[in-house]
Amino acid sequence: MSTGRSLPWLLAGQGLLVLVLFVISLGVGPVRLSPGAVLATFTAPADDAHRMIIFEIRLPRAVLALAIGGILGLGGAAMQGLLRNPLAAPSLFGAPQAAAFAAVATISLGINDTLSWGLPVAAIAGAFASVFLLLAVAGRNSSLLLLILAGLAISSLAGAGTALAMNLAPNPFAALEIAFWLLGSLEDRSSRHVMLALPFIAVAALLLFSRRGAFRALTLGEEAAQSLGVDVAKLRLIVIFAVALGVGASVAVAGTISFIGLIAPHLMRPLVGHDPARLLAPAALTGSALLLSADIAVRIIPSSSDIKVGVLTAIIGVPFFLYLILRERRSLAGGLA
Amino acid sequence: MSAARLIAAGINVSLGGKTVVQQASLTLEAGHFVALVGPNGAGKTSLLRAIAGLIPATGNIMIAGQRLAALSMRERAKLIAYLPQGHAVHWPLAARDVVALGRYPHGVNDPARMQAPDLAIVNEAMARTDTLAFAGRPVQSLSGGEKARVMLARVFAMQAPLLLADEPTAALDPHHQIAIMQALKDEAKAGSLVIAVTHDIGLAARLADTLILIDKGRITAQGTPEDVLTPDNLANVYGIRAYMARHDGQPVIMPWATTA
Repeated sequence: MSTGRSLPWLLAGQGLLVLVLFVISLGVGPVRLSPGAVLATFTAPADDAHRMIIFEIRLPRAVLALAIGGILGLGGAAMQGLLRNPLAAPSLFGAPQAAAFAAVATISLGINDTLSWGLPVAAIAGAFASVFLLLAVAGRNSSLLLLILAGLAISSLAGAGTALAMNLAPNPFAALEIAFWLLGSLEDRSSRHVMLALPFIAVAALLLFSRRGAFRALTLGEEAAQSLGVDVAKLRLIVIFAVALGVGASVAVAGTISFIGLIAPHLMRPLVGHDPARLLAPAALTGSALLLSADIAVRIIPSSSDIKVGVLTAIIGVPFFLYLILRERRSLAGGLA
Repeated sequence: MSAARLIAAGINVSLGGKTVVQQASLTLEAGHFVALVGPNGAGKTSLLRAIAGLIPATGNIMIAGQRLAALSMRERAKLIAYLPQGHAVHWPLAARDVVALGRYPHGVNDPARMQAPDLAIVNEAMARTDTLAFAGRPVQSLSGGEKARVMLARVFAMQAPLLLADEPTAALDPHHQIAIMQALKDEAKAGSLVIAVTHDIGLAARLADTLILIDKGRITAQGTPEDVLTPDNLANVYGIRAYMARHDGQPVIMPWATTA
């Protein structure tokens, strides 16, 4: 009970952390600005150089980190709630892989050179296509196991397609562009990227939040949840669709950013009494904080060429994931002793 | 709580192309504790799930004067409490939060922000099942008997006129077997219709008002324990002989040997 009552405090603390990281993110780059200087630019005249740097270059980047990190954390928490499994990730049903494949296909085919919005639109379409394919293969009312298997097949197919697109790239530059794009980055994103991704991410977040009570009921298993009035088949469709929508839009503008969806819910779960419904908002804010931090880090770490943010999340994420497994193992051993 | 008369007429259930319940018809009154008995694979659980509306079935089911098929899932959840086999809890929620899930059909979305009436119902359900002592503990840390009582409190908190329980005493010690069955009987006495699937024909004979015997998907006998658990029925349906006697004015049935 105490965990439920203290949730507002947790959210307030996290909100503050995200705000601080957001302001820091606006100040980091070739022109370093203190948080005070960043805040001052909001009242500066429109032609102020700092104001232009922040509003034109850094604000879209920070907004995207906030939104994408948030939807990854939220999507991970929702997937783990739906599957009642702490190892589930937003990529399980293949939407991000399909979005990535569609995106690299536009690079490989050269569409991206003529139409700058071709890539993100293709990526979102790819995520949608994966949902239709998933339901066509597994059926609308099929079991979770069938959906997971179909998702695995679709991920593999999209992965093969991505490999083919690289293989058939018209020139080495296109292949390199594909490779770099796949690493995931928030560099040089504009307000157009924000406008493109944000509506999808917002709708996805609303859909997932609106079903939060159902995730708690699912703790008792699908049959008990159904007897409590949860339409489990419909819930599955909503989660699959919303995750594809939100994560597909994220991939469309930032490439693949892994592990945040897996780790953010893990970090928060003990703080909310393991409740899958209370987990959603803290997991989203943790996702935002993680991606904002990673995106600040790639700009601060000195290196000869840019480190992509997707690479950083994976490099920090995997050891952390191993640590979580070890901790889980210790607590299991303690429980059995 | 509206009185739950359950009328099921001509229920057929098919699973994977196999008919598991055939032409089952029942009329059961509120205030009764009904035990659904029969051998493994007889179709007890399928019939229970069909009545709960969890699996598709043909035929007509009326609960408290309303057609089951015409009800929304939310309306159904207010009418029927269902306790599945196995007592799965996938996250280590606090016992009280699990019980509070019983108020979900009544609009309780967050156990931490429950209104006073819902809170009172949850507390009362926990008091009746003697679970208040570990209300704040994660269910995963409870013993099998404690967990079974928490799950029972969860369905009690639903305050539904019809309570369906699937093998509520499986894997419990004798104390808990009796305690759970007695709690279900008390719930029926308070005005609900309670139907429990069980393999414990001894406890069913002692505590249930009505027994329904199912064999190969058909209802083969229905009535008082003495009417249903006859030597002939036990031999034909279960393939067993039993020791039968009376104790404290109630029937004693002790499965004794197979008839093979």
